[in-house]
Amino acid sequence: MTAVLEVDHLTKKFHDFYLDHIHFSLEKGCITGFIGTNGSGKTTTIKSILGLIHKDDGKIRIFGEDAERNERSIKDRIGFVMDEGYFYENLTLQEMKRVIASAYTRWDEKSFLSYINRFQLNLQQKIAKLSKGMRMKFAVALALSHHADLLIMDEPTSGLDPLVRSELMQILIEFVSEENKSAFFSTHITSDLERIADMLILIDDGKILFEKEKDELLESHVRVKGDNNWINEETRPLFLSLNQSHFGFDGVTNQKNAVLRAIPGAVLERTSIEDVMLAYVGGEKIAD
Amino acid sequence: MKIIIQNRSNLPLYQQIKEQMKQAIMTGDLAEGEQLPTIRALASALHVSVLTTKKAYSELEAEGFITTRVGKGSFVASENPELIMESKRQMVETKLAEACRMAQQLGINLKELHEMMDLLFDEEED
Repeated sequence: MTAVLEVDHLTKKFHDFYLDHIHFSLEKGCITGFIGTNGSGKTTTIKSILGLIHKDDGKIRIFGEDAERNERSIKDRIGFVMDEGYFYENLTLQEMKRVIASAYTRWDEKSFLSYINRFQLNLQQKIAKLSKGMRMKFAVALALSHHADLLIMDEPTSGLDPLVRSELMQILIEFVSEENKSAFFSTHITSDLERIADMLILIDDGKILFEKEKDELLESHVRVKGDNNWINEETRPLFLSLNQSHFGFDGVTNQKNAVLRAIPGAVLERTSIEDVMLAYVGGEKIAD
Repeated sequence: MKIIIQNRSNLPLYQQIKEQMKQAIMTGDLAEGEQLPTIRALASALHVSVLTTKKAYSELEAEGFITTRVGKGSFVASENPELIMESKRQMVETKLAEACRMAQQLGINLKELHEMMDLLFDEEED
């Protein structure tokens, strides 16, 4: 597969934060999940990709072209949904749509109206009156109504109820079912990605920790539980993360066979994306 | 066609998909010329990545079981008797290898094994 977006040594310094020469690429036809905790650099990366903030260094190529030099033609083929809607609160949906539609050469009114219908939105309503879920749906309707080839979303599901989230995931699947459509979205709610992501990129403290196929990642990591007696200087380094309680240990490893040899009685379980993410960023899972 | 993914299996997901499709082709469950789901549709249905279904399809294609036409989709390849026979042989061989290993571990010699095989084969034929 070919890359639809390439980020090359992207660097951005704020007084208390540093996006450190990050490097990754998105494959065409894939849904890529961009995961990381709050404040890890997801939004800064996405804003830099879209040219919404000035980057200090690095190159961004989209559809094989330099994103800065070909900004107009590239933006025409991108649909984006940002966490804080870039909307004017006092306009109605209809008025806001007119402003946005005029920016695209391939605006498709019919497709827009069918989304409005599907989401049961009222075009005469003021933006300020929209609930969080309706706001996101409106943003998605706008992002998908100009035949975009790449959809970029920043935390589209945060603060939404599970039903609206699964509706959005369904729309994403429909979008990428068309040939050569790709989607990239950031989230800290990893359960959204379990079902639909193809690729996962983990960012933490301004650095990319991994960039992997989801199935490969989940196959190469395993959750291990067992008796505390097995944990010693030799076995401890086999784990990426390890929690111990009075009742036993619970850890994540990417060395399944070595663990099985060292701890024959261990119970192995499939990991979730959250388990793996927390194992890498060193957090602790609160509840099971 | 039936595909069942086991997360506990030691086989990688793409191989599980590939083997089960191969089986379906060999048993005639998937007929010659039949159109296969797109990699995205299959991925969504099985809740796996499109990269996994793509890998399964490209291996099936490399082994001659399916063909992919740009813009048209993937289809079960027209029957290649030699290829099918070879795969069938391989399937039997895998089972036999298992039986041989077990025989060696349990101290059953080749002659006994042959006798067993003759007996079993005759029984099945009756």
